[in-house]
Amino acid sequence: MADRIADIWGARTPHAKDAPWPVRVDLHLDEGVAEADVERWVQSACVLCSNGCACDIAVKDGRMVGVRGRAGDVVNHGRLGPKGLYGSWQWNGDDRLTRPLVRRGGVLVESDWDTAMDLVVRRSRELLTEVGPLSHGFYTSGQLFLEEYYTLAVIGKAGLGTPHMDGNTRLCTATAAAAMKESFGSDGQPGSYHDVDSCDALFLFGHNMAETQTVLWSRVLDRLHGPDRPAVVVVDPRRTKVADAAVASGGVHLAPLPGTNQALMNGLVREVIANGWVDRDYVDAHTLGYDELAATVEPCTPEHVAETCGIDPDDLRRAARIFGTSDRVLSTVLQGFYQSHQATAASCQVNNLHLLRGLIGSPGSGVLQMNGQPTAQNTRECGADGDLPGFRNWANPEHVEQLARLWNVDPATIPHWAPPTHAMQLWRYAEQGSIRFLWISATNPAVSLPELPRVREILAREDLFVVVQDGFRTETAEYADVVLPAALWGEKQGTFTNANRTVHLSERAVEPPGEARSDLDIFLDYARRMDLRDRDGAPLIGWHDPEGAFEAWKECSRGRLCDYTGLSYDKLRGGSGIPWPCDEDHPDGCDRLYADGVFPTHPDVCEDYGHDLLTGGATAPERYRARRPDGRAFLKAAEYAPPPEQPNEDYPFVCTTGRTAYHFHTRTKTGRSRRLRGAAPEPWVELSARDADALGVREGDLVRVESPRGRVEAPARVGRGRDGVVFVPFHYGYWDTDGDRHARAANELTMTEWDPVSKQPLFKLAAVRVTKSADGTGPAPAPTTTASAPHDLASVPATRGEDDVREDVTSADPPAPPPTPDRTPGVLPHVAPKG
Amino acid sequence: MHLATYLGLLHHSLTTLADAFRQVGQGHGDEPDVWHTCRVLAGRVEHEAEALAPVVRRYGEHREVEPERLHAAGLGSTRSGAVGLLRDLQDLYTLASLTDITWTVVGQAARGLRDGELLDVVTSGEQETARQLTWLRTRIKQAAPQALIAAD
Repeated sequence: MADRIADIWGARTPHAKDAPWPVRVDLHLDEGVAEADVERWVQSACVLCSNGCACDIAVKDGRMVGVRGRAGDVVNHGRLGPKGLYGSWQWNGDDRLTRPLVRRGGVLVESDWDTAMDLVVRRSRELLTEVGPLSHGFYTSGQLFLEEYYTLAVIGKAGLGTPHMDGNTRLCTATAAAAMKESFGSDGQPGSYHDVDSCDALFLFGHNMAETQTVLWSRVLDRLHGPDRPAVVVVDPRRTKVADAAVASGGVHLAPLPGTNQALMNGLVREVIANGWVDRDYVDAHTLGYDELAATVEPCTPEHVAETCGIDPDDLRRAARIFGTSDRVLSTVLQGFYQSHQATAASCQVNNLHLLRGLIGSPGSGVLQMNGQPTAQNTRECGADGDLPGFRNWANPEHVEQLARLWNVDPATIPHWAPPTHAMQLWRYAEQGSIRFLWISATNPAVSLPELPRVREILAREDLFVVVQDGFRTETAEYADVVLPAALWGEKQGTFTNANRTVHLSERAVEPPGEARSDLDIFLDYARRMDLRDRDGAPLIGWHDPEGAFEAWKECSRGRLCDYTGLSYDKLRGGSGIPWPCDEDHPDGCDRLYADGVFPTHPDVCEDYGHDLLTGGATAPERYRARRPDGRAFLKAAEYAPPPEQPNEDYPFVCTTGRTAYHFHTRTKTGRSRRLRGAAPEPWVELSARDADALGVREGDLVRVESPRGRVEAPARVGRGRDGVVFVPFHYGYWDTDGDRHARAANELTMTEWDPVSKQPLFKLAAVRVTKSADGTGPAPAPTTTASAPHDLASVPATRGEDDVREDVTSADPPAPPPTPDRTPGVLPHVAPKG
Repeated sequence: MHLATYLGLLHHSLTTLADAFRQVGQGHGDEPDVWHTCRVLAGRVEHEAEALAPVVRRYGEHREVEPERLHAAGLGSTRSGAVGLLRDLQDLYTLASLTDITWTVVGQAARGLRDGELLDVVTSGEQETARQLTWLRTRIKQAAPQALIAAD
């Protein structure tokens, strides 16, 4: 048995380049439950990180009692991470929401569905009559299923006609989508996890994969422990486990000051160009914008960049050389870029590096613009975040017409006069009182949004009617006018799609508690009670269950890059996940996109006409057409600009925040898992050894971190990060504490400011000051197994769990990768210029 | 030669525009994107004005008396609320449009004079102005429906 708290990634199964990743099946059952006691195994996939590992849920006496990886799945080959093993099912305790709550005399009291939904529908109708649909906002999650997102999108866009729909995905994955739209013309991950098995070099940009996607990291570790290991390069201001691995692999750890990613990336691009590592034939045939990119990065010499970023210029040269001279390079990007300054610009530079060398769409060469949540891809493709369903372009009248025909509504109903409202703007409208009905589903903005004091004020506004739909009584639910009890994972059926486009079916294993209903049923109930109808007077929503919603979505996706028409519940049942596009001609899905260097940039198919990366100004359609992209990718350029907040005399440190291995989102589920909670029970503040020394702070001392917006008080971890940078883990809220309620969450400190293109808030660079408030009584409650490890490892007891996971390294054949098509479905080919 | 006069107008327009961007950014600090973008753009417009300065000095030797009417009026003060934001962005748009067409006029003269140095300044200035107008149009389109229909 294995202790997967102490050993996050589990036993190694090393393998050589191009050999398939071996199978290892992880199993964890509740104490006192033996394998023979399990009555049923129910197919699902984990929703506690963007990996989406396939698993089976163990059921006994109507309860979830354990979980097991699915050996035959392309994503995880049987493995599960600590969150999947311990956090995905262990919350089914007795503190769930089981009945609707309504506010009476300022207090939330138990009610029934009719009363609660009547209140919702009455307020909704009133505001539609008084003000119109612009009074309505929907703030969703990365935790719903595809069927729920699609249904909500149709209700909002075709039923009510509001552009104000966005989600928590704007906090995690919006930049991934934005960067792919800017470079390739459409959202849609070009790369595949199989590229880990075949690459010669692996670049992780702002991506602490060891903690955020533990199973994918174990895949990397298995390459690093095998023969012909890849060189790893990581960009991260913290000394993460990934950074340690990079150094050990002969690669490079680049630790730029938070907020300077774009400077660093321009430097890398310049080195690749200056050293002649560009594949000119590929660039000429398949891209646009080379001259402008080359001119923009020309001044970014290694010395110049090194000074801006606070790094060694030779490290930058070495990293560029690895990128420029390796035959196969895989790059991954995550929150260190997405939640930082010039997020989209910096992420586009990663795409540029691959385009410059023509390293895209072949084994071992790809880009993975990652997600933070496992169903984030679904909200993007279904249109429940700031997009139109099926990667359609809001500025393309024909795309809007397609949706109007599909839904049988007037095209004028579908909001497309401006980009769909992004989450931060949605909250601003609520703050100003023009959004007066806000429906929050399966997310916890009172902990997850930036600048929490402001968010609390908005949620508490008298003139804002707040509906909260969740499984638990979260910090956000406390502000609601109506709380709707929702079924969670394992209690409802639906599909979802992970970061590399792999679609999984998650079956219902147990009944939801009390009167809780699936999010789908709640949305369908709202549509019915609102009597939403199409142009012919028929009900707008013509489906009644998850499979019906899936079938409807398939039609919406037909012919688009995210084509699901070749999938069905039956096809997903029993076997492995299948990556879209999956249609009649590609029944097994597609492993990689763009093998032929042809991208969905044709004006008739592209999802977006692009933006100025510095300001977010939108490119006019006629200007886009005039460039005749016709299948060529864009090499987008932007100069580095200093971040909106920098350290100063009053606030001399940069505070960066992030997720750690043992918790997910706002800990609603993971904080209720005994094992995960034990590993990281309380928040902490990480300081470099030198900074701690200068501040007179020792391991475990209580420190106060203050920004112009708020404060956090927590014990100090004297860690291994770079000087001048403080790390605070998000998202510790206050549902599980009796102390000072508003001094725990990292987002008390962060700023209301966002990337101009993706509109993703900046969580990684608040200016703060740090002071010691009291002596400690022991080490900080931070794990020793992760990037939060202490500077002096021997001074703190090791983080441990129990030997309660069985790892079965079998000789079973790993699943075969799906095929990579010669030509990507849904992409129009190059058109030869006339004349 | 009237080029000096027009260079004066352009230079003055640019400094007025830079001030106006700063003013709108500060006046709408509760709109973080407006605050930050206006600040970034103000810096870049100032940079354009600096780039123009040597040319202004060169032609300034022949400068005629600048007609009073040839200058851009700046913003008095910023407005408040959703509609106020919209109006202030429109004022910026008007000022940026003036510099846009003035770059065009000066660019034509530069071509006529075969003044390569001036033409380089004009080309880069035109690109910056296009960026300003694109952002302003995008932001105005975003703000208009909510301000005119749903705001108090």
